Amino acid sequence: MYVAVKGGEKAIANAHRLLADKRRGARSVPAMTVEQIVEQLALAVDRVMAEGSLYDKELAALAIKQARGDLIEAIFLVRAFRTTLPRFGHSEPLDTGEMHIRRRISATFKDLPGGQLLGPTFDYTHRLIDFALAAEGETPEPVRSAPRGGAAPRVTDLLNAEGLLEVDEDGDGNVGDLTREPIDFPAGRDVRLQALARGDEGFLLALGYSTQRGYARTHPFAGEIRMGEVEVELFVEELGFAVTLGRLTVTECQMITQFTGSAKVPPQFSRGYGLTFGHSERKSMAMALVDRALRFEEFGEELTAPAQDQEFVLSHSDNVQATGFTEHLKLPHYVDFQAELELIRRMRREIAERAEKAANDADETRAEEAAE
Amino acid sequence: MSEHQTLDPETAARKRAMGLFAAADRGVLEAGLAGIGELPDWQLLRAPEIGLVMVRGRTGGGGAPFNLGEVAVTRCAVTLSPDTVGTAYIMGRDKEKARLAALCDALWQRAETRDKVEADILEPIAETLAENDEKNAAETEATRVDFFTMVRGED
Repeated sequence: MYVAVKGGEKAIANAHRLLADKRRGARSVPAMTVEQIVEQLALAVDRVMAEGSLYDKELAALAIKQARGDLIEAIFLVRAFRTTLPRFGHSEPLDTGEMHIRRRISATFKDLPGGQLLGPTFDYTHRLIDFALAAEGETPEPVRSAPRGGAAPRVTDLLNAEGLLEVDEDGDGNVGDLTREPIDFPAGRDVRLQALARGDEGFLLALGYSTQRGYARTHPFAGEIRMGEVEVELFVEELGFAVTLGRLTVTECQMITQFTGSAKVPPQFSRGYGLTFGHSERKSMAMALVDRALRFEEFGEELTAPAQDQEFVLSHSDNVQATGFTEHLKLPHYVDFQAELELIRRMRREIAERAEKAANDADETRAEEAAE
Repeated sequence: MSEHQTLDPETAARKRAMGLFAAADRGVLEAGLAGIGELPDWQLLRAPEIGLVMVRGRTGGGGAPFNLGEVAVTRCAVTLSPDTVGTAYIMGRDKEKARLAALCDALWQRAETRDKVEADILEPIAETLAENDEKNAAETEATRVDFFTMVRGED
């Protein structure tokens, strides 16, 4: 039941004003600019773009500022913003093989064509707090070396040449879009990948981790992780050709996993795929693990674990939906609760009455027995 | 669709030009247009408009397309007197830049101004882009892993 409640306007207005004050923090400290967030909190910006499902660095940075660094709140703001804009169309599929590579590693092939390029990584750091960062010192310029050039084909294309790896399927030309139609179960891999790409990093990380610990084990290897910029093109009807809109930074993960073969297919490696906006390595790896787990039926595997259950995974991966439903519990439920309270009171009253009656009956029986 | 579309040289050149206008900073377009001198009369055919383009990826990198997420895009069209239509579709939400890019596209299409646009606007943009790519490639190159195998002690 819904009952309109009045009042609280002044409290709300003052609370928001207080929020703005706390957001600003001590006035003796300079206010942070959107540019600073874009440049210096770049990975937070990338996460908000990926899970907000909208590539726009300045917008994501502003959302982070407005949300006081609460990334799920920032993602919520970005999602709300996108609903105000018209859609011009869909891009040509990105060609990650043509990436301007900033990082590219393989845990399966040491000497792969194009080589292993570490790029700006936290890997191999000692995870010791660097107190020097607290002091404002100069950061040295990065080292530069003459690029060797040469192509860096996707690792999966190399293995494909030997037929040891499942090949990419072309699909039927229909591309599902969960922002237009609600997810219909069972969902195709296209819709699943869309949901995973915008899904909560923490949720997918936990699910991916669960597959590694044995809940639908797939024996994964990080075949390749690459991060860099790709051009995005839009076919424009009035021009009759595809225009280049600009470049996006994306992270791609090719997880190579086990498949023992079937009656029709000889043993070969299967694959899980991860692709995310920005530099989001953990997310793209988790996405690839979950993508593979969700494909259990294709490989004749048993449904034994949460990560394989698409209804469970896709219904809970969106952190805006999750936070909306969890946080709505804060809103007034006075009438609902009154009803519950009334019910509990009645039940207790009934129990008490029954007990009293039983006690009276027992007394009477005892009295009768004594009289006999 | 336009996938693997082979473009005639004129269209390919325009596509390259539009891509470079989109990649440039607004200030570069502003300065470039100022260098062209007196512009012919022009009008907004489609006022700058911010919208979204759904970006697609491919399953496994090379397979069936899927929807990855959207990107903010601004579009604009101008008419350069008498009848040249300049169009811009650029990443981001900069309406003024979209207008400038559409003007640049129109000027590029006209024989009288194309050479100047090529030399004074496109060339500097392409140079900056190439310099950035080179710098990034060089920084990435310095992080290349050169494996070597150590011979261990046992004989």
